[in-house]
Amino acid sequence: MNTDAAGLGRRRAVGFVLPALVLIGVFLVFPALWTIYLGLTDYRLTGLAAADPQVVGADNYTAAIGDDRFRTSLWLSVQYVLGSAVIGQAVLGFALAWTLRDRRGPVRRIIEGLVLLSWILPSSVVAFLWIALLDRDGGTLNALLGTPGAAWLLDHPMLSIIVFNTWRGTAFSMMLYAAALETVPPSHLETARLAGASALQQLRDVVLPRIKGHVLTNMLLISLWTFNDFTPFLITAGGPEGRSEILPFYVYTTALRGGQLGFGAAVSFLILLINLVFALAYLRLLRTRDRTRDRDRGRDHGDGGGAVSGAGPAIRGTAG
Amino acid sequence: MTISLHGLTKVFPGGVRALDSLDLDIGEGEFFALLGPSGCGKTTLLRSIAGLETPTSGTVSIGGADVTALPPGRRDVAMVFQDYALFPHMDVTANIAYPLRIQKVPRARREARAAEVAGRLSLSELLGRRPGQLSGGQQQRVALARAIACHPKVFLFDEPLSNLDARLRLEARTFLKRLQDELGVTTVFVTHDQGEALALAHRIAVMDAGRITQVGTPAEIFRRPATTFVASFIGSTPMNLLPGEVAGGALHVAGAVLPAPPGLPDGEEIVYGVRPEYADLSAVPRDDAFPGTVAVLENLGTSTLVTLEGGGEDGDRLVQVVVPEGEDPPVGAAAWAVPRPDRALVYHGDRLVHPA
Ligand SMILES: Nc1ncnc2c1ncn2[C@@H]1O[C@H](COP(=O)(O)OP(=O)(O)OP(=O)(O)O)[C@@H](O)[C@H]1O
Ligand SMILES: [Mg+2]
Repeated sequence: MNTDAAGLGRRRAVGFVLPALVLIGVFLVFPALWTIYLGLTDYRLTGLAAADPQVVGADNYTAAIGDDRFRTSLWLSVQYVLGSAVIGQAVLGFALAWTLRDRRGPVRRIIEGLVLLSWILPSSVVAFLWIALLDRDGGTLNALLGTPGAAWLLDHPMLSIIVFNTWRGTAFSMMLYAAALETVPPSHLETARLAGASALQQLRDVVLPRIKGHVLTNMLLISLWTFNDFTPFLITAGGPEGRSEILPFYVYTTALRGGQLGFGAAVSFLILLINLVFALAYLRLLRTRDRTRDRDRGRDHGDGGGAVSGAGPAIRGTAG
Repeated sequence: MTISLHGLTKVFPGGVRALDSLDLDIGEGEFFALLGPSGCGKTTLLRSIAGLETPTSGTVSIGGADVTALPPGRRDVAMVFQDYALFPHMDVTANIAYPLRIQKVPRARREARAAEVAGRLSLSELLGRRPGQLSGGQQQRVALARAIACHPKVFLFDEPLSNLDARLRLEARTFLKRLQDELGVTTVFVTHDQGEALALAHRIAVMDAGRITQVGTPAEIFRRPATTFVASFIGSTPMNLLPGEVAGGALHVAGAVLPAPPGLPDGEEIVYGVRPEYADLSAVPRDDAFPGTVAVLENLGTSTLVTLEGGGEDGDRLVQVVVPEGEDPPVGAAAWAVPRPDRALVYHGDRLVHPA
């Protein structure tokens, strides 16, 4: 097989690819490697170690893993991802897409508009709106619930940011699932209905098997985004007393506020590894699904590739 | 089970009137075809029987019980869709057994039942395959098997043969007819292929614009189409429908003088219909024949379809005649198409007046 389809020749082909490779090298590969290097030093923002960082080996890593604050952060991050991404965004997004699926006209457009609004507003504006909503004294929520003086952000900081991020990210899942539901042939649902299948049975037997690839891709994207999300810092700043300090906040407070750049880099690298594990697990699930599909279809290579390549940018996004 | 529809009307949002106060009675064990041009409401009617479409007004009864308000799953009907709607992630056994699984039949029983039905439809070799690994004809049989496996009261088929190639279609047709005969389950079958309807059905309803134009046995519909619409729709070659006039007790149609049926006063306009198969070609002039010039010859295999172009003032009038194999006239020759009077149809005000 001739692999040089464009007929460029090796040298010119390299010429075309080189600028892109240089950019990737400068902005992705180099910082990543630099992070790994910094993680092995005692580099600080100020002081003696800022001028002359010493290599300290795996000290930063052992310190991080031994640090209670780090482990609490990790646990809070897991809660945050499970609560706001997997349960909140994915489930709520699917529920919305499913209920709106054969609705046309104003109801659908209004709901879509509201949900999309949370997605397109700038983070800082959204954060301000949520502080105003949850505020102890003049907060809208307290006015609505008739609970003046309830300090939501102080009493339930994790719940607050989980609800906040659910609200913020549901639009993406809803739109992805709405597009996925369009691919379910109506005749399949109707066959199930004629057999007497309940709505749940229709979901289990017809819809979910069909949109499994979309579900996995969506889970991969939103878990990674949520795991690395920094926006709720604008609402709780990790407080009170670190009770909402998820991993990105932890890195920020130790590395930049605390000035321990080397230690922060080590934690960042740990986060990157966790992301990688996530991504590999999802990709593996997607791949087993593709393999069964290839075996079934024989000739027909369907849309399975789209789901896998859709996962690509997310992985790159976390590395950068 | 009998099916009766009374005053069934379906208006879609947007104002399309797909069914227009339609009445229909389908008998026990009948193989009933719904025939009509695209968009006339056949699928809508079938889906209304299934309960997938809620009628705007009117009632649907199955086996004498009013089911208008029942959801599809409680009507005990099985439908085969045009795209077969097989579940791609289930193998053939699971697909056939799916309705039984929903009815909570134990696994061993439902798989035995699936194997039994599959055997009957010669699918035994394919039980472990997925739909993606089956040919179109095999998929169609799996869809049939799924419909049969749950012993429904009524079968509903929406153009189940239209995805098959011409040859397979003929085989599937024979197969389907025999199967329905054996099972004796009331079956409603949608098609826009008149040949399929004539070949399969005990009775046919011809639909047009949400209404039923004529209901009858294939022979009745073929011999005595009630309107010119039905006449033009039925038959493998299009019927000749020629405008004419009653004068002096005879019909004057396209240059021919033909006997008039009784009861038509002079001066009335009529439409004279004759199938190409029921006309003969004459090389010599005759009064009771349509004159013309041979314009096109189409070989139909065992016969030839000859198209005559009318001369003089009605130059764009075409008359078609089927002649037996080997009797083709030369193109450009003058010829006369002689209708067989006992097979001719006369419409007055779009109603059949002859044969009475
Ligand atoms: N969901 C719908 N919304 C609006 N109009 C519809 C809908 N479904 C069908 N129609 C309209 O109703 C009419 C009848 O449609 P139907 O599908 O019953 O036709 P059909 O006889 O089955 O045609 P075909 O032979 O092409 O399948 C058509 O004019 C169609 O455009
Ligand atoms: Mg149709």
